[in-house]
Amino acid sequence: MSTEQPPAIGAADAFGAPPALVRLDGVARSFPGATTVLALRDVDMVIHQGDYVSIMGPSGSGKSTLLNVLGLLDRPTVGRYELDGVDTAPLKDRDRTRLRGRRLGFVFQAFHLLARRSVLENVALGMTYSGVPRGQRRGRAWRALERVSMTHRASFYPTTLSGGERQRVAVARAVAGEPALLLADEPTGNLDAATSAEVLELLEDLNRSGLAIAVVTHDPEVSAAARRRFAMRDGRLREEP
Amino acid sequence: MIRPRGDRFGARDLFGESVRGLAGRPGRLALTALAVVLGIGSLTATVGFAQTGARQLEATFNAVDAVHGVVRPAEQDYGAAGAQAVLPWDGDQTAARLNGVEAAGLVTEIELTAPVIAAAPVHDPMAPPTRAPGVMAATPGLLDAVSGTLGQGVWLTGFHEQAALPVAVLGRDAATLLGVTRVDNQPSVFIDERSYTVVGILDRVERVSGLLNAVIVPQSTARAVFGLAAPGGLQVKVALGAGPMVGEVITTALSPNDPSGFEVSMPLPPSKVRQQVTADVNSLFVILGLVALAIGAVTIAVVTSLSVIERRGEIGLRRALGATRLNVALQFVAESAVVGLLGGLTGAAAGVFATVGLAAARQWTPVLDLRLVGAAALTGCLVGVLAGLTPAIRAANLEPATALQEGA
Ligand SMILES: Nc1ncnc2c1ncn2[C@@H]1O[C@H](COP(=O)(O)OP(=O)(O)O)[C@@H](O)[C@H]1O
Ligand SMILES: [Mg+2]
Repeated sequence: MSTEQPPAIGAADAFGAPPALVRLDGVARSFPGATTVLALRDVDMVIHQGDYVSIMGPSGSGKSTLLNVLGLLDRPTVGRYELDGVDTAPLKDRDRTRLRGRRLGFVFQAFHLLARRSVLENVALGMTYSGVPRGQRRGRAWRALERVSMTHRASFYPTTLSGGERQRVAVARAVAGEPALLLADEPTGNLDAATSAEVLELLEDLNRSGLAIAVVTHDPEVSAAARRRFAMRDGRLREEP
Repeated sequence: MIRPRGDRFGARDLFGESVRGLAGRPGRLALTALAVVLGIGSLTATVGFAQTGARQLEATFNAVDAVHGVVRPAEQDYGAAGAQAVLPWDGDQTAARLNGVEAAGLVTEIELTAPVIAAAPVHDPMAPPTRAPGVMAATPGLLDAVSGTLGQGVWLTGFHEQAALPVAVLGRDAATLLGVTRVDNQPSVFIDERSYTVVGILDRVERVSGLLNAVIVPQSTARAVFGLAAPGGLQVKVALGAGPMVGEVITTALSPNDPSGFEVSMPLPPSKVRQQVTADVNSLFVILGLVALAIGAVTIAVVTSLSVIERRGEIGLRRALGATRLNVALQFVAESAVVGLLGGLTGAAAGVFATVGLAAARQWTPVLDLRLVGAAALTGCLVGVLAGLTPAIRAANLEPATALQEGA
């Protein structure tokens, strides 16, 4: 078995420390149209390995746009985005996709589970495109389900699960491929308080085991769990003390 | 961090994903594939009918059918005015002079009451009659007219005929019956105590199989000895395709005054025979098949487009999970290809059943090239691929972020 290191070319800082996992430098994103929308303005942000950051802000302030940029699902109009110390701007769509599949995990408010696949298959799908050997996918999916305490539902179909259970399955899918950064856009937005707390606990668990997390939320409790908190307003990002 | 080098998203993954994508909606799958089934089905059936028909042609149509004809006096009601038409004694020569006739010969069955036919003079008239061969009269042209071949000796010649000689050719079975095995020692056969020298043994004929079980004597001899009233029938061999032409003139040539008194059976030209069979293999089927196939392609394209819109969320998710545009495009192409292939396979099977059914109804041997059946199924697959291209490209070009949001 050969090994593959994350690219380590980027600029280590003056003290020789490893580069930040994520570094945004003066990032802006505008949507041209009848009236051009400036969804992100001059955003600077650093996320370290094992970090846990939250982003709060009113609806339409640009939180999802920021997460899409971080997730390589969208490109900044202006500014620089480094992942693992590598500038992502010159990367071709193929390489961005590959990086996304291997280094980033996603959790959505709407879960996005495939209704006609079992829970286990849904989790295994998370590794289909990320370079995990075919023979290992089911075993690793099972272990990911163990991490979210959902093995008892492995053969169920998502439609038979509660919202909280679905989100736990989605989290399992996101972490099964062992990403470096989990991006969660309002993961508790569709859940009641009790199940929100469950998911929150799960995120904290994962973070304790070394996974960096960036979570967009409306929920002050979710935000409070993070180690660093950011506020978003009109496309501007500010770290709260 | 150490990671195993992984498998890329490969053909197996692609196939698995497409089949699972389809298997979730079997009803829709069936409806989508229906038009392809009909299209491939009717095309396969058309080819099957054509091949079965062609084979049937080979079986029924051969050179023998195409060149042999016969003219006989028509069966007539004797109560009506007019006498029975008769073939002239020299009808064979008249016919042989006609354009398109290659050989002509008269043949007549001679009906004798209790004939005694033997290879040696019979001394005991009370001996129980053994199975007797028939007696027939023939003119020299008959051998070629019925495409006959001799086993030994010669056929009746013009000299035999002119001189009304007491000679005979034995049909193969008659020779066996009479115990005549060779003709070089000039054996004799006796018909009612009259002796005939055997000059040849007839081995095979394509027409008038009764000849093989007969003692065949010259027509003139038969007239003199048995008082033959008229020739029984005129066998002709025509050039390939000349049948209808000969049929039109032969009766007038034989009997200018009463040409309608004969029954004429002349071979159809080969192209006519072929047309009769291929009339069943209607080109309408081909057109229907192509139309159905086109409808199938449009159906698959429309359903796949709907599926792309419906599954925007899934497309966005797959892109987020690391699927490239190509992965996404290929998945939709593969799905429509599988739909087309299933339609093609089902249609090919239906076409085979239709062919077998038609063949069974006509008691023909069903013939269908299996490679063509395979090609039919693959055509269905190809239709699916082509129909899926546009929606697949549309799916690949979806922006993942938008797809995730709109598909939620
Ligand atoms: N694809 C897009 N095209 C045009 N405008 C967009 C698009 N995506 C987001 N926007 C706009 O950008 C702004 C920020 O949106 P978004 O990041 O979704 O906000 P949030 O997630 O904080 O609610 C909004 O005004 C929204 O209308
Ligand atoms: Mg949002």
